[in-house]
Amino acid sequence: MARVSIKVDGVTYEDEVEPRRLLVHHLRDGLGRVGTPVGCDTSNCGACTVLVDGESVKSCSVLAVQADGAEITTIQGLADGEWHPVQKAFREHHGLQCGYCTPGMVLAAVDLLRNNPDPTAEEVRHGLEGNLCRCTGYVNIVRAVLAAAAELRGEAAKPGAFSEAGGAS
Amino acid sequence: MTEEIDAGLVAEEIAEAGALAGPDGTRELGRGRRRKEDAKLLTGQTTWTDNITLPGMLHLAILRSPMAHARVTGVDVSAALERPGVIAAFSGADLADSWGSLPCAWPVTADMVQPAHPPIAAEEVRHVGDAVAVVVARDRYAAADALEAIDVDYEPLPPVLDMEAALQDGAPLVHSDAGTNRCYLWPLETGDYAAAREAAEVVVRRRFVHQRLIPNAMEPRAVVVAPIAAADEYTLYSSTQVPHILRVMLAIVTGIPEQKIRVIAPDVGGGFGSKLDVYAEEVIALVVAKRIGRPVKWTESRSEGYQATIHGRDVIQDVEIAAMRDGTLRGLKVDLFADMGAYLQLVTPGIPVLGAFMYPGIYKMDAYKLDITGVFTTKTPTDAYRGAGRPEATFAIERIMDELAVELGRDPIDLRRQNWIKHEEFPYTTAGGLTYDSGNYDAATGKATALFDYDGLRREQAERRDRKDPVQLGIGVSTYTEMCGLAPSRVLGSLSYGAGGWEAAGVRMLPTGRVEVVTGTSPHGQGHATAWSQIAADALGVPFEDVEVIHGDTDSSPKGMDTYGSRSLVIGGIAVHLACGKVIDKARRVAAHLLEAAEQDLEFAKGTFTVKGSPEATKTIQEVALATFAAHNLPEGMEPTLDSEAVLDPDNFSYPHGTHLCAVEVDTETGGTRIRSYVAVDDVGKVINPLIVEGQVHGGLAQGIGQALFEEAVYDEDGNLTTGTMVDYLVPSAADLPEFVTDRTETPATSNPLGVKGVGEAGTIAATPAVVNAIVDALRPYGVTEVPMPCTPERVWRTLQEQGGLR
Repeated sequence: MARVSIKVDGVTYEDEVEPRRLLVHHLRDGLGRVGTPVGCDTSNCGACTVLVDGESVKSCSVLAVQADGAEITTIQGLADGEWHPVQKAFREHHGLQCGYCTPGMVLAAVDLLRNNPDPTAEEVRHGLEGNLCRCTGYVNIVRAVLAAAAELRGEAAKPGAFSEAGGAS
Repeated sequence: MTEEIDAGLVAEEIAEAGALAGPDGTRELGRGRRRKEDAKLLTGQTTWTDNITLPGMLHLAILRSPMAHARVTGVDVSAALERPGVIAAFSGADLADSWGSLPCAWPVTADMVQPAHPPIAAEEVRHVGDAVAVVVARDRYAAADALEAIDVDYEPLPPVLDMEAALQDGAPLVHSDAGTNRCYLWPLETGDYAAAREAAEVVVRRRFVHQRLIPNAMEPRAVVVAPIAAADEYTLYSSTQVPHILRVMLAIVTGIPEQKIRVIAPDVGGGFGSKLDVYAEEVIALVVAKRIGRPVKWTESRSEGYQATIHGRDVIQDVEIAAMRDGTLRGLKVDLFADMGAYLQLVTPGIPVLGAFMYPGIYKMDAYKLDITGVFTTKTPTDAYRGAGRPEATFAIERIMDELAVELGRDPIDLRRQNWIKHEEFPYTTAGGLTYDSGNYDAATGKATALFDYDGLRREQAERRDRKDPVQLGIGVSTYTEMCGLAPSRVLGSLSYGAGGWEAAGVRMLPTGRVEVVTGTSPHGQGHATAWSQIAADALGVPFEDVEVIHGDTDSSPKGMDTYGSRSLVIGGIAVHLACGKVIDKARRVAAHLLEAAEQDLEFAKGTFTVKGSPEATKTIQEVALATFAAHNLPEGMEPTLDSEAVLDPDNFSYPHGTHLCAVEVDTETGGTRIRSYVAVDDVGKVINPLIVEGQVHGGLAQGIGQALFEEAVYDEDGNLTTGTMVDYLVPSAADLPEFVTDRTETPATSNPLGVKGVGEAGTIAATPAVVNAIVDALRPYGVTEVPMPCTPERVWRTLQEQGGLR
């Protein structure tokens, strides 16, 4: 067993873990942070994507011990008081159906926009190539990411413009 | 931002819909409501089955056959039991007394071969992935480790992999006691095909092959069982599309009384037909939980699911179309071979039968003949995958119409228009024996060709052909229709299906005027909570936000036939509408009593009863709900409730249609293809939520295009699934797919009061032939008449070498 200290969504957890334990299993089974799902066993689908020190990482392809000392943001910790613009845009543009790929897709998009704040549709498509969705055909995901990019650049969004943003309805 | 998305037709409807408008004056139907489902999905608060952890819960892992076909001569689990953290381990023989065969609910013919299908094989394994033992351990790692300690002795038997070879005399048998690999022969003939062919001047024949596909719902399957051993009661959570069907079947298979089993489909992450089934693991988990008296969980890994979850398609079609020189169709004949795989799952044999009536498509003809042969092989069983039989039918007719057009020197749309059913001819009974209630193929095609710039692209195609451009342009047409909304029960019964096709809904008026809608549909991404809320809000005149939709739990929504076959809206959604009507009828009685008026003197609009001619004499439906709850002053003899239920069993299927046009650039030097534009104009009748409809079309297109270009489950000569992981099976990514142009025409269905049609499968059904027609069209100048799916660069290149003389 190995001792790890990992900060997840703002809380630091210290645990003894098997060296072979995958980060995603540590999050889900060890810490009960089940917002991050598992979609495959070959790191193809990206459903388990989280941010590790700000960068998107497929948490099924990292061992928990490799994340020792890291700061992790999952879909459960992305909203900071209010939803992140990417979360809002996915709802506004119907960028999700069953929602299973959504945690990973949203976090991959957040990282994509950090690296490229003004992407073209084609750049969004290639940037999200590692995250598979079987429901949407990606059209509305691309629309959502482009809309979120605009909001993050301060071009489109005004506070309150997204009336249903809080999920209150 | 605006609430409605841009849809001209929808806006008109809203304008003319005053009478049924909601409390703010805007009609709910046709409104692009953002989904109620999204908040939890976007913040990680979803209850996937694998997220459920119960006190004392143990984990199951299943040992699977590495061989396609073998006799099992010994299973020794004793070493596994010695492993740390292992609580129990069972072979198939250990549990054989605890269950019967997994069910097949669709014996399509009286003499169909229906082999036993034990949840864990005891004597013989018949495909790679067939279960041979199960381990119960403290956690998923310990369970997986213990599988390695199980010792199984196999005596190899020959694999059966090729359908046509399997039907030859002397072929090795998948089920030796059946004496044949033929599962069934299902014939259909309307009119006199031989006479039609005799009268025809042109006959075109083609063989089309639908490769085997893996559905790939993003959520892997999972099961959790919570037993109360002392009471012999069980709650089973499953990632299923069919909690109600599952409950009945679990009772039949295990002998546990039905009323002792509660099935919950919590949040379910996609299905596409693959979760329309009763799986071995659901039975194993239930039986093991009963045996050891503790909660258990099983979650498949993706690669395990590729072997243990059903596959789709895998059909060979020999298609013959007979026509006159002037283009008039005479008849169509199809010989179809369908791979069942090793066993019959819930509706495996019925899948080709679901497509059987759709081969004539939207065209008029004198005669139609079809023979379906179901064949066993040593592969994972096939079953429903998005479209289920109808994509195969649509592909066959839409591909052969293009081939006939070439034979006759006609434009493919022109030939189609000559033969399709005209708008004024509806209702129309087709050569397939179905009565299409409504449709307008001219309108959809006109809109699609304009959006696509059909004539401009044809000109560009001609130019590229003239200059022998190495990158050729092809144009693919698909003027599809489909039958969906799987009902009516009488028809399903006449096809030997084991159950009905009705759907149930309940509407409960709460004392505070809020509304609970209970539905028998079981959504897994479709947005029923949003759409059913719109239907109820529209009918009752209450705010959208005041409606809560309850589903997917046999305790709280006890009656239902679940979600598949694009049936939920046209049956389940309409049942909600009808149940609301019953609530209003009861409320009218109470309101009349309270207002001291005659019932017939009350008008109901925007959620309020008003006495005709006395606009100040009103009762809102919320006031009536509270008065009914208090029950102090109700009409004589009236039960103190407005709650109502409706069970709808419609008279007919639903027939969405549309015109899809696809332009593909094909690089003749590399075989590479690029979809340059894709236009889909669908007619799904009236629309409840255009945002959701567009999303369904997008996703359907992606799966149809996936079949055309990317996806194939491949077995090697020993029967190993070589596309065993997502590394090898290409689920298209965002980078693989184009932007889609979608639009709609609205020809209301006449078979239900809201005029709606199904939409879940339409995109998938339409897209595959549109894409393949485009690729073949691009390569016509080289003499190519068919490109096998998936049309990968290698396949296209090889086809050009072999058919196109480019050696």
